[in-house]
Formats: sequence, structure tokens, C-alpha cells
Amino acid sequence: MKPPSRPGPAAGAIVAIAAAAIALSGCGSASTSSSAAAASTPAAPATSAAAAAFPVTVTGGDGTVTIKSRPARIVSLDPTSTEDLYAVGAGPQVVAVDDDSDYPANAPKTSLSGLTPNIEAIARYNPGLVIASQNTGGLVSGMTKLGVPVLIEPAVSTLDAAYAQIEQVGQATGHAAQAASVTSSMKQRIAADVSKAGTAHKGVTYYWELSANPYYSATSSTFIGQIVGLFGLKNIADAASKPADGGYPELSQEYIVTAKPQIIFLADNQPADGGQSPAVVVKRPGWSGIPAVRNHEVIGLNDDIASRWGPRLPQLVAEIAAAIEQLG
Amino acid sequence: MKKIGALGAAAIFLIAAALVSALVGAADLNPLDTAAALVDKIPLIHLPSGLSPLDRAVLFQIRLPRVVLGALVGGMLAMAGAGYQGVFRNPLVDSGLLGASAGAGLGATLAIVFFAAAGPNAVPPAAFAGSLCGVAVAYLIGAAASRNTPLGGGVATLLLAGIAVGSFLTAVQTLVLQRSAEQDVQTVYNWLLGSLSGATWQQVVSILPYAAVSTVLVLLHGRHLDVLAVGDEEARALGMHPAAVRVTVVAACALAAAAAVAVSGLIGFVGIVVPHVARRLAGPSYRSVLPLSLLIGAGFLVLADTLARTVLSPAELPIGVVTAVVGAPAFVWILRSTQGARP
Repeated sequence: MKPPSRPGPAAGAIVAIAAAAIALSGCGSASTSSSAAAASTPAAPATSAAAAAFPVTVTGGDGTVTIKSRPARIVSLDPTSTEDLYAVGAGPQVVAVDDDSDYPANAPKTSLSGLTPNIEAIARYNPGLVIASQNTGGLVSGMTKLGVPVLIEPAVSTLDAAYAQIEQVGQATGHAAQAASVTSSMKQRIAADVSKAGTAHKGVTYYWELSANPYYSATSSTFIGQIVGLFGLKNIADAASKPADGGYPELSQEYIVTAKPQIIFLADNQPADGGQSPAVVVKRPGWSGIPAVRNHEVIGLNDDIASRWGPRLPQLVAEIAAAIEQLG
Repeated sequence: MKKIGALGAAAIFLIAAALVSALVGAADLNPLDTAAALVDKIPLIHLPSGLSPLDRAVLFQIRLPRVVLGALVGGMLAMAGAGYQGVFRNPLVDSGLLGASAGAGLGATLAIVFFAAAGPNAVPPAAFAGSLCGVAVAYLIGAAASRNTPLGGGVATLLLAGIAVGSFLTAVQTLVLQRSAEQDVQTVYNWLLGSLSGATWQQVVSILPYAAVSTVLVLLHGRHLDVLAVGDEEARALGMHPAAVRVTVVAACALAAAAAVAVSGLIGFVGIVVPHVARRLAGPSYRSVLPLSLLIGAGFLVLADTLARTVLSPAELPIGVVTAVVGAPAFVWILRSTQGARP
């Protein structure tokens, strides 16, 4: 454990003492010291120079986390977090990513699992920060015992939350300024695509396929549904959703066909995600009468981008915009 | 006579279930027009129906294959369950117990996790092969282990071998899943729950030959199973070869269950419960239990699937949930109301 490299004035000194105390005691109670830090650290270190920002306290999905110094060794246990880290420029600090992280290609992929995390295996990488999307298998309590902060960045339900998460990853890793420019460029690209599409296609119906047989879809209340909703499209799954399905109803094939969607988006398109490519879907018996099938508006998406909430969202928005533009 | 009456009633039950199922669905087709469109398909009869081409596609390409596939799957599962119960002289057996379900589950999991590049069409053959392999391995181990067992304790040994093989295959499946991506876990889970939502005529055609062969084989052995029920010694005294009967019926039932599982995933409850309903209706003779199970199982699964796709319409429920939630109380009621009839 390294002491803070450049502590701030008064608050930093207190934290430095707390950190030193933990370092001495080996595995002291990190929760008390982090709450002390939370109370004394300025809430928004945001735009100051990267190194000067530490210690940093951020509020992740599992409560507040204090990162005492710029983490030189980061382990990511979630594909979206991995993409966030590289997008904000923290890539050189990343020492290991989980077995589901496949972007960017040069991320140090390991056999670590984010679904069933193994504390000892993670600890072997001697991380200064662990980022994951869920606190399973005692991840947070286990790493905290070892004095390693764990930032939980769970799946988001709004676009704003996705931006906030990227910015938070930036703050936690010493790249706040770069993260802010990443999100503002994302916002610009998405706004440009939406305004280019205009309002001429408001009310066009679409079906978002998550899986075939059974046919799971996502309603417009979900994260993904909100993104398509930016274009004013109408989701056929909305009418089928019940509160209990959390916005992910299992649709009957009959319903999909008779709802006559004008665009079909396939998030189960690539071989690893179900292999329901446009070529497969247009051949489904009984589907030939669907407007989307007749008009070649069956869109095979990049499933990874469509199922994550990271920096590549503008690419997904561009795929949707292209499908809408193609409607003519 | 009781047997003929029960068979007639079961056939009427199946036809009624199929008709109801064909007339309702999320597409909200007008039932009268739907009926007209169906009658129009009967040779020499022409009826105009108000269905649009899209509605007709829904009816003939999506709904009807689902009804027919449901009937086939339900019939095969129930008949296989009855056959196994006969072979093992045990009322608690169904096709899941002899490594068939575990083998199918492992086959499907391997196809989903490791052979994703082959596309979604790789799953049914993998499940089919896995199911048959599971039963074959369990049977071979069981047969080898029981060779030196006194008192023809072979039946219990076979079952134990089936349980061991099933546990082993399930453990391998769990291991593979635990090491694979979240998306794969979800896909496998959906498959394990069972579903008929992607039913096509192509699936119906692909399992029909196996269904036909196994049905003929199993139904021909009703009398043999009745004799086996008395005991191996008695069967031998009557000139039968218990081991030969056993291997034939097990093979035929394995084929039936494998064909069903390949297109529908794992649907529980049907195989173990339907044979008991058949026994309540017409007595314990396998000459009636086997064909009755076939018909009742078919009708039951068609009804269960109708509920699965209409209760939350236009959303769906997993069919395995319906077979158990609706089937279990119905079964208890049948047990109670026929208490006096027969054990």
C-alpha cells in the first residue's frame, strides 16, 4: 500500500494519517477510516489536476469508497468498466480484466470472473483499486479486509447515469478531466445523430430482440429502450410488459408478428449471443409479412455494445440512426 | 370396455385441447374467422375467412405448429415416463431419472457455450445426442454392475446407475456454466426452463420419425411390461427375456424423450404424473396405461402451453412453470376424486 503521493492541505493530512494507521495495522477497519475521509474530503475534486485530486471519495453502487492515492494497479471485473477505464485513459494502470471483458482488444484479459469472484485470485494482482458491476461472493468485504477499495459500478437505467459512471471512473483513477471530455463528446455525437434523424419518423414501431425462443424483449422504460426512445420510436413490447418483468417481458411470437414492427433490432445477433442474424430472422416461418422483414429493416446490432452502458454508446446510437435513415 | 371408453375420452380431451389452443392467442385473431380458416383447410370444403395474409401466417406458421409440437412433446414425455415406470416397476420414475435430462442439459450447454459459431441450430441435435448418450451410459454401467447381483436386483442397480450418471453430467454442466459468460448462462437457463415458443413445422417434421418409431415399439410391449410387473422369474417362466424387453423399452423411451427434449428443452412433471392419471382412469395394465399416457400427455401439454401463452398475453410464461403450477393441484384433485377406484 502506497501513501498518498501528493496529499491536499488539511483534509489530506488527516487521511494520510488514517492511511498510515491502516498500513501499520495491516488489515485495520477500513470502513471507519473511509467514513472519516468522506467527511473531510471536499465533495467534488473533479476538474483539478489529476494527481492533486487524491484522496478521492466516490459513491458507487455499494456506498462510498475512498481511494487514497492514484491507483497504479487496477483490476476490472466487468466489461463495461473495462471499456470505461480505457476510454478515460486509465488503460496503462489496468493490470487485469475479467474473462468477459473483450474490449479493447489489448486489455489484459485473465480468467478472473466477475460473476463468481475469487478474492485470493484478485489479490494476487496486488490491485490499488478493483472495479466490478456487482458485489457478489463477498467481493467488497473480502477486498476491504485486504485494504483494497472496491468500486461497484452497476448496470444503469438512464443515459445520464451512464455518463456519471464514466466520470466517476475518471475521478477514481485520476483522469477526471479526460472522463469529462469523453462524456461531452459522447453527448455531442448522440445529439448530432438524434437531431439529424429529425422528427419525421416519430411513432415508427420497433421490436428489440434480446433472445429468441423464448422471445425476450426490452420495453421503452429500460436503459436500451430510452436510447431508442431518443428518436421518438414506439416500442411494441410496452403493451406486453407487466410490473413483475422489470421491463423485460417474454413476448409471444404471434404478438410480435401481428404488432407489425417497422424495425427489428437484434441484440442476439452475433454467434456468441444466440446467432439470430438478420439472415436467420427473415426466414422464420410466418415472419415474412412483418413490415420490417419486407422492407429489410432487420438490424443486426453489435450485441456487446447493445448490452453495455459504456463509452461506445454513440456507436449504438449511430446504428439505430442508420436504421431509421434507411426507412426513407 | 373400460379401456375403450377411457381411450375415447382421452382422444376427445386431446382434440378439444388442440381446438381451444388453435383458436386463442396473443394475436387476437377472430375465433370465428380462425375456425373458418381451419375448416377451409379440410379437403373439398371451402370457407371464406376474414383473416388477412398476416393473420393466416400467424395461424398456420406460428400457432398451429406450436399446438402440434406441444402435442408431440407432451405425448412422448408421458409415454416415456409410463414405459420407464413399467420397466423399473417403480411409480416415481420418469425419463429424467436415467440420465436423459442431465445428458440433454449437458449437450445443450456444450452447444451453447462452445459451439456458438455453429448457430442456434446446433442445440437440438446436441440435446438429442446428449440425452441418448446419458441413458446409454447409465444403462451400460447399470447392466455391468448388476451382472453378478443375486436375485435379479438389476432394476435397482440400473436406477442407481442412472442417478449417478445424472449427477455426474449435471455437475459437468454446472462446471461449464460456472466458467462461461453471463449471456451463455442466460441462454442455457432459458433452455433448461423449457419452451415451445419457437415451434416450427420443420421441428415437427424433424422429430416425427423418432416419435413414430418409439411409439410403435413402446405400444407393442404393453403386455410384456404387464408380465414383468409380476417379476423376472415369472416372466422367464412364460418364455420372455426380461433383459431383452427392458433394453428395448428403455431404448424406445429414451428415443421418445430425446426427441421431445431436443425441440422443447426440459419440461418437467408431464412424464411422471400423466401415467398415474392414466392408471386411475383405466387400471394398471400397461396395455392401456401406455396409449392413454400418450393421449393425455399430449392434451395436457397443449393446454399448459395455451395457458403459458395466454395468461399474461401478449407476454408469455415459461411452460415448465405452468405444467407444475396447474398440473400439481389438478393431479392432487384427480388422486383424491378417484381414491376409491384403484391404487
